Amino acid sequence: MEKYVCNICGYVYDPEQGDPDGGIAPGTAFADLPDDWICPICGSGKDEFVPE
Amino acid sequence: MADVYKAVKLTDRVYWVGAIDWTIRDFHGYTTPRGSTYNAYLILADKITLVDTVKAPFREELLSRIASVVDPKDIQVIVSNHSEMDHSGCLADMINLIEPEKVVASTMGAKTLRDIFHLDREIISVKDGEQLSLGNLTLRFMETRMIHWPDSMFSYLPEEEILFSHDAFGMHLASAERFDDEIDPAILQYEGATYFANILLPYSSLVTRLLGRVGSSGMAFKYIAPDHGPVWRKDIGGTIGRYGDWAAQKPTRKAVVVYGTMWHSTERMARAISEGLANGGAIARCMSLDVFHRSNVAYEVLDAGALVIGSSTLNNNMLPQVADVLTYLKGLRPVNLMGASFGSYGWSGEAPGQIAEILKEMKIEVMVEPMKVQHVPRENDLARCYALGEDIALQLRRN
Repeated sequence: MEKYVCNICGYVYDPEQGDPDGGIAPGTAFADLPDDWICPICGSGKDEFVPE
Repeated sequence: MADVYKAVKLTDRVYWVGAIDWTIRDFHGYTTPRGSTYNAYLILADKITLVDTVKAPFREELLSRIASVVDPKDIQVIVSNHSEMDHSGCLADMINLIEPEKVVASTMGAKTLRDIFHLDREIISVKDGEQLSLGNLTLRFMETRMIHWPDSMFSYLPEEEILFSHDAFGMHLASAERFDDEIDPAILQYEGATYFANILLPYSSLVTRLLGRVGSSGMAFKYIAPDHGPVWRKDIGGTIGRYGDWAAQKPTRKAVVVYGTMWHSTERMARAISEGLANGGAIARCMSLDVFHRSNVAYEVLDAGALVIGSSTLNNNMLPQVADVLTYLKGLRPVNLMGASFGSYGWSGEAPGQIAEILKEMKIEVMVEPMKVQHVPRENDLARCYALGEDIALQLRRN
């Protein structure tokens, strides 16, 4: 599964790790993140992310 | 000695209690020829509140200014709008000394402060839009993540219509005057733009969005109280408007020619390009990195339409000072620029190509092949440089 990087702060979403603090289980693909998911560092929306 | 530092009144209930750093000239790599201030504010509500602190060496100045109004130990709430050490440097000390009832920060601020100071006491994290009662007054919080750290947060005091805006709307300017209407507007314009270019530029799209949120929030402002430089009480509309303009990065006809040179050959090319630019109707800025600092370059790039970078080739590489400015500018993520590269070389001439590659990584449209001259430029080489300047000027006329 592909990693995605935040254009604003550089945070990398790694599907293997998920985003446990944001309620996202390990193994969740970027495409399967809920639409209202935000970057855990800077709060940007999914639209700010691009494939790494 | 402590008694010489007094608080400055904004309103009957709000005071500036910050510190003036007349001598700082290097702010983590940003040159600050006019020094700076670290602003902290005291709110004389039922629950006396301190908004931000100052850089660590200025602890006595902060305490003295507070003590000119209230006993520091009477402070019950400390709000941290921004965790960076020029504003939080005295926070741990203040917590130990004052033992406030509450220390408040954004969600990311609470985490960041714990990571910076290894604090064991609780930091109360507040969410976007949350309010905190100070008894007779209220603080309302607005998250401003990544403007310019993840923790950054505005605090708004509706009863006095004061926005405590952390680094936003600030500038590095040491002055005895505390308010914008006491200082030459040209200096405010220059230092404000320099601050935006060097600190906030990468987050321009967020600034635009934030200004929209501020506009629709219904907040009215009698004062905008940033963490550096003067408090805005007169030209509030102007400072907000300028932020909108800077964040839009609308390109002008300005071209910034930046170069590093060894034996003045690349310099002669830079001069010829600049002459061509000017002749073509562009505004040319010709900046030798021997004399201009990277933060001066950032200021000029803020409203530029073209960035032209030159370097001699030293041991198969660009000069270190050119790599420095490119690394810096790449991080600042300027947009709406076209680019070109040039340079003189002795035998291999890699530098202009290396510069062009970095410009492309910065998503800058590189207009022409790197312009290279072996050793000292001849007349026809300088004519090519001049023509390059004219060509760029022609493109800039669209702006």
